[in-house]
Amino acid sequence: MAKYLAKRIFYIILTLFIVTTATFFLMKFMPGTPLTNQAKLTPGQIHQIYKQYGLDKPLWQQYLVYLGGVVHGNFGTSFQFSNQPVSYLIGSRMGPSLTIGGEAMVVGVLAGLVVGAIGAIKANTWVDTTATIISILGVSIPSFVLAVLLQYYLGLKLRWFPIADWGGFMYTVLPTLALAASPLAETARFMRTQMVDVLSSDYIELAKAKGMGKVGIIYHHALRNSLIPVVTIVGPLAVGIMTGSMVVENIFSIPGIGEQFVKSVLTNDYPTIMGLTIVYCAMLCVVLLITDIVYGIIDPRIRINK
Amino acid sequence: MENANDILEVRNLKINFKTYAGTVKAIRDISFDLRKGETLAIVGESGSGKSVTTRSIMGLNAENAVIDGGTIMYKDQDLLKKTRKQMDQIRGRDIAEIFQDPMTSLDPTMKIGKQIAEPLIIHKGMKREKAYAQALEMMKLVGIDNAKERINDYPHQFSGGMRQRIVIAIALVNYPEILIADEPTTALDVTIQAQILDLMKELQAKTNTSIIFITHDLGVVAGMADRVAVMYAGKIVEYGTVDEIFYNPKHPYTWGLLNSMPTMDTSGTELPSIPGTPPDLLDPPKGDAFAARNQYALEIDTKQQPPFFKVSDTHYAATWLLDPRAPKVTPPDPIIERQKHYAQLTHEAIDKSRGKHIEEQEEQL
Ligand SMILES: Nc1ncnc2c1ncn2[C@@H]1O[C@H](COP(=O)(O)OP(=O)(O)O)[C@@H](O)[C@H]1O
Ligand SMILES: [Mg+2]
Repeated sequence: MAKYLAKRIFYIILTLFIVTTATFFLMKFMPGTPLTNQAKLTPGQIHQIYKQYGLDKPLWQQYLVYLGGVVHGNFGTSFQFSNQPVSYLIGSRMGPSLTIGGEAMVVGVLAGLVVGAIGAIKANTWVDTTATIISILGVSIPSFVLAVLLQYYLGLKLRWFPIADWGGFMYTVLPTLALAASPLAETARFMRTQMVDVLSSDYIELAKAKGMGKVGIIYHHALRNSLIPVVTIVGPLAVGIMTGSMVVENIFSIPGIGEQFVKSVLTNDYPTIMGLTIVYCAMLCVVLLITDIVYGIIDPRIRINK
Repeated sequence: MENANDILEVRNLKINFKTYAGTVKAIRDISFDLRKGETLAIVGESGSGKSVTTRSIMGLNAENAVIDGGTIMYKDQDLLKKTRKQMDQIRGRDIAEIFQDPMTSLDPTMKIGKQIAEPLIIHKGMKREKAYAQALEMMKLVGIDNAKERINDYPHQFSGGMRQRIVIAIALVNYPEILIADEPTTALDVTIQAQILDLMKELQAKTNTSIIFITHDLGVVAGMADRVAVMYAGKIVEYGTVDEIFYNPKHPYTWGLLNSMPTMDTSGTELPSIPGTPPDLLDPPKGDAFAARNQYALEIDTKQQPPFFKVSDTHYAATWLLDPRAPKVTPPDPIIERQKHYAQLTHEAIDKSRGKHIEEQEEQL
């Protein structure tokens, strides 16, 4: 186990190194400059600014400096956002993003499991059809459309929830719902397929031959076997939530990293873009590591012995 | 029950399947008995309806199955009339089943001890502790080494042969009266096959369970069964004792099956398989379903289904060749060899019983 973990962590570090390198050079070769009023500045002023940010040094030196910083959790200083350190910016905005992202993941996956299981148990009935329609809608409606609809109906019309902004649980409900739709749909679809498969397997036939009732079969044999593989889609779902949050946070004016990412892209705030890219990548790596470990724990066939 | 020695009586069973293409007539009027303590083999090519027959007994047919008629009497109750819940009481307690593929028959995420204990918990309401103790006994009985240490292992930690032993333990843990084995060794290596068959025989001797043994391979029947029913295209075409079927077969389909069976002296040489394919059960032929593949077919075979002709009290075959008006045909050479062997067997048997008779008389004197 320890050996396995060490190996996985090594690969995560390698991944982060490659992502850091790639984003660094991609940023350098992107057109556009971070200086909003470049035309009005004298060459001297421009030089002054470049010097302040270390942009006058040769590329390889800039790269090494940046890499050294990243290792120590220092992503440089933001070009915008009043020259704050990028790490501070990200740190102070992490909370809201993790809150709605986590809520969306939990709500989406749990509801998806229920919808998918019911669809499989009642396969090819109207219940199943309804479940399938829910999945199709969830996958095909973009989260920003859903966000706007929720904002309009539940926020503006019914006034059940605040329309936007941040400050307590009630503020998280609408963005969570907007973000949860897609993981809900994906999980439901995946769970239904898994469970239909399991229900037609030989060991379920054997359970019937034992004289086990319908409920017993689902509870003792079908659920666990269908649930285990669901762990494997949590990583991809996390990616969906991360990208979804960039738009949803903007719509609901949530001070999270998704909103910050969009702003930095619009203003060519390279240090912030790079920092956030690395942070997103690290979060994904951690999610994948956790899901792999969990999968190994709950599936006896792939339990890690070494 | 019609006969006090029977544990199960199937009469005029007809099962259809509704499909998009039409109605598949999978079981077309079959009748057979299972005697207490015996092993009845049902043999036939794949698709002949063996599994549908067993699933009808278990009440586990697919949802598109339609019972078109017949009865399955078990202890004076018609199993076909039972509800799902009532069948749940019978399955795994009175009638149990072993399936073909031990690699997929066990729940991959449940410890085998629990899987063996489940039928006890379901039917006898046993507490965990007691059920596990009995499961352990059962594991020893079916020959799992270090049973105590292995009770908490998962299926993937066992070989195919061991897994089939576990499946057998599950089936027998409640000492059922009937055990249905649907091709229980087809998925196993030849050497493992023999071990599993031996185990089944050994356990049958201990438990006096009646076995319905399904196979497409006549080779495994000889040492296993007391009686044999040969199935073709949803019908039983011949049945009799093992000796009668092996050494005095009457139906050309049984001849074909026997000829395509590997034996000691055919090993290495190519076996003649029965030419052609079984008929389409969406639209079964009017006459004898085997006529199209039968080199001995008579004209009447294409027009009318043959009734069962009696060969002996225990041996019946549904072929027009047995009609007194039919021309005499010479069966293939290997079959003639078998019949010669049979004549010898019966003489020996008669001599033996005579000898015994005389001994008994002597004792009385
Ligand atoms: N659920 C089903 N729907 C339609 N046809 C079926 C179904 N189950 C079995 N059959 C058909 O019934 C026939 C007998 O099948 P089966 O009993 O499985 O044969 P086998 O003798 O190989 O066990 C086959 O022609 C098969 O295609
Ligand atoms: Mg079969």
